[in-house]
Amino acid sequence: MRDRLQEWVPRIVLAPSFVAILIFVYGFILYTGWLSMTNSRMLPNNDFVGLANYTKLFGLKHWSIALTNLAIFGTLYIVICSCLGLFLAILLDQQIRSEGFIRTVYLYPMAISFIVTGVAWKWFLDPGIGLENTMHQWGWESFQFNWIKDREMAIYTIVIAAVWQSSGYVMAMFLAGLRGVDNEIIKAAQVDGASGVLIYRRIIIPMMRPVFLSAFVVLTHLAIKSYDLVVAMTGGGPGRATEVPATFMYSYTFTRNQMGVGASSAIIMLIMVFSIVVPYLYSEIRHGEKNK
Amino acid sequence: MSIPSQDNAINAGSLTRILIYTLLIFFVIYYLLPLWVMVSNSLKTLDEIRGGDMLAPPKDITFEPWRQAWSQTQIGVEATGLKPYFFNSIIMVVPAVFLSTFLGALNGYVMTKWEFPGVNLIFGLMLLACFIPFQIVLIPMARILGMLGLAGTLGGLIMVHTVYGLGFTTLFFRNYYAAFPTELVRAAQIDGASFFQVFWRILIPSSGPIIVVTIIWQFTNVWNDFLFGASFSSYDSTPITVALNNLVNSSTGVKEYNVHFAGAILTALPTLIVYIVSGRYFVRGLMAGAVKG
Repeated sequence: MRDRLQEWVPRIVLAPSFVAILIFVYGFILYTGWLSMTNSRMLPNNDFVGLANYTKLFGLKHWSIALTNLAIFGTLYIVICSCLGLFLAILLDQQIRSEGFIRTVYLYPMAISFIVTGVAWKWFLDPGIGLENTMHQWGWESFQFNWIKDREMAIYTIVIAAVWQSSGYVMAMFLAGLRGVDNEIIKAAQVDGASGVLIYRRIIIPMMRPVFLSAFVVLTHLAIKSYDLVVAMTGGGPGRATEVPATFMYSYTFTRNQMGVGASSAIIMLIMVFSIVVPYLYSEIRHGEKNK
Repeated sequence: MSIPSQDNAINAGSLTRILIYTLLIFFVIYYLLPLWVMVSNSLKTLDEIRGGDMLAPPKDITFEPWRQAWSQTQIGVEATGLKPYFFNSIIMVVPAVFLSTFLGALNGYVMTKWEFPGVNLIFGLMLLACFIPFQIVLIPMARILGMLGLAGTLGGLIMVHTVYGLGFTTLFFRNYYAAFPTELVRAAQIDGASFFQVFWRILIPSSGPIIVVTIIWQFTNVWNDFLFGASFSSYDSTPITVALNNLVNSSTGVKEYNVHFAGAILTALPTLIVYIVSGRYFVRGLMAGAVKG
């Protein structure tokens, strides 16, 4: 009897978490999926309209602005963070004195909220009081930097702040990767007379492929989900210039009372994230099983 | 370089070393710059900020902006400062972190030491849940919170953060316990220890590091959350990140930059302190959150 009970205890312990995830994640995904095929406005309703919301969504100028911005932001964010992260990791891997301190400084932005980051950069890049004004004070009268107020350039200021926040994280990932490189390979190459730069270019950096992949997945899903930083820095403006899918979803669902369209945009975001994350997790888990 | 090194340092002349250090210091300045701007300008008067150089240190240090940000400035309709929102965040963070960490430990224990058919599928589903864009759950969650009578309450936010933290906390503990010798668990069982006795007396006493990693991870994530706070809080349950955003982006009145900066630092302070005190564990969490399997 006791043994039978013991057998059931683990399942009973796991059950609440499992049920919670099943309902609050997968059930909710299905419900949002259903709503995206109804003509829900301010409140959810069950009038089925098929894929009409998706047709409408992809016809909306706002949505194409949001997608374009995500493409610009995401590409620059991923590329710059990866390059900068790798570069800093290589620099830090040269037996640097006080490496611990430098690493701590590079990584601290990851500990603070995107809202705080947004506030700092919003005012620092503000032409009235920030960098532009400061340069004028320093005597560089013709200096101009008003990207944050410029419809064409505002999205790039989001990139600046986001890179500042996340590049240290990527640096830490690459540094961990570099520390795992087998020293013997490097020594052998040195014996063969390969220069430092050549060793990095031909041997070490190619060995970082798994780190590039991890960094890519992490940065991509952060980019698709980015919401806080945009809200804090530009609020999606000037005008609609820095609208991204996450801000689009929020405003269509909660302020413009087009819940069906909002739900369909959330589904598109989910598809984007899953198409990157699912293959990655699948291969990671299979790889993990093989190494057991 | 004659001493064999553990690192992959390139053989480099002193000129290269100087260049490396120059670059490293340049980036130290780059990363510290926004923090410096916030601190220095939070100690200036508004006139000094308007008139001058944002990068300069304050001429006459004033703590007035900090007092304003903490207890006096107008946020929304009331002039309460960030203080009540700071405490809202604390009331929200503590139970959410405790609950999700505790459940994560139990889940990890079951998944590694009491495997049963289907457990890997459950883990896969929980792992995938870590990555969903939360926009996908906003609408149904708002409804459920309303149905449970938790809409706009701190209780509701605690529940939301506990549920969406479970994926990561389970992942952390599962990977940690996977390396824990199963023989010890079996031996204790043979001696008659029950499921919970094994958990409390054998697993938990040796889980110190992973508990710290998980608590820091959850604390940072829940404290820094904005989306859930903005969606599900009401006037008296608003967390500090949302209050800060309301303060800075309110369209009425004079823009008090110095108060904004002081408020931003107040918002960042708890997680920054945790990071400085236990950065090693913070980084471990970040790494565990990135490299799965």
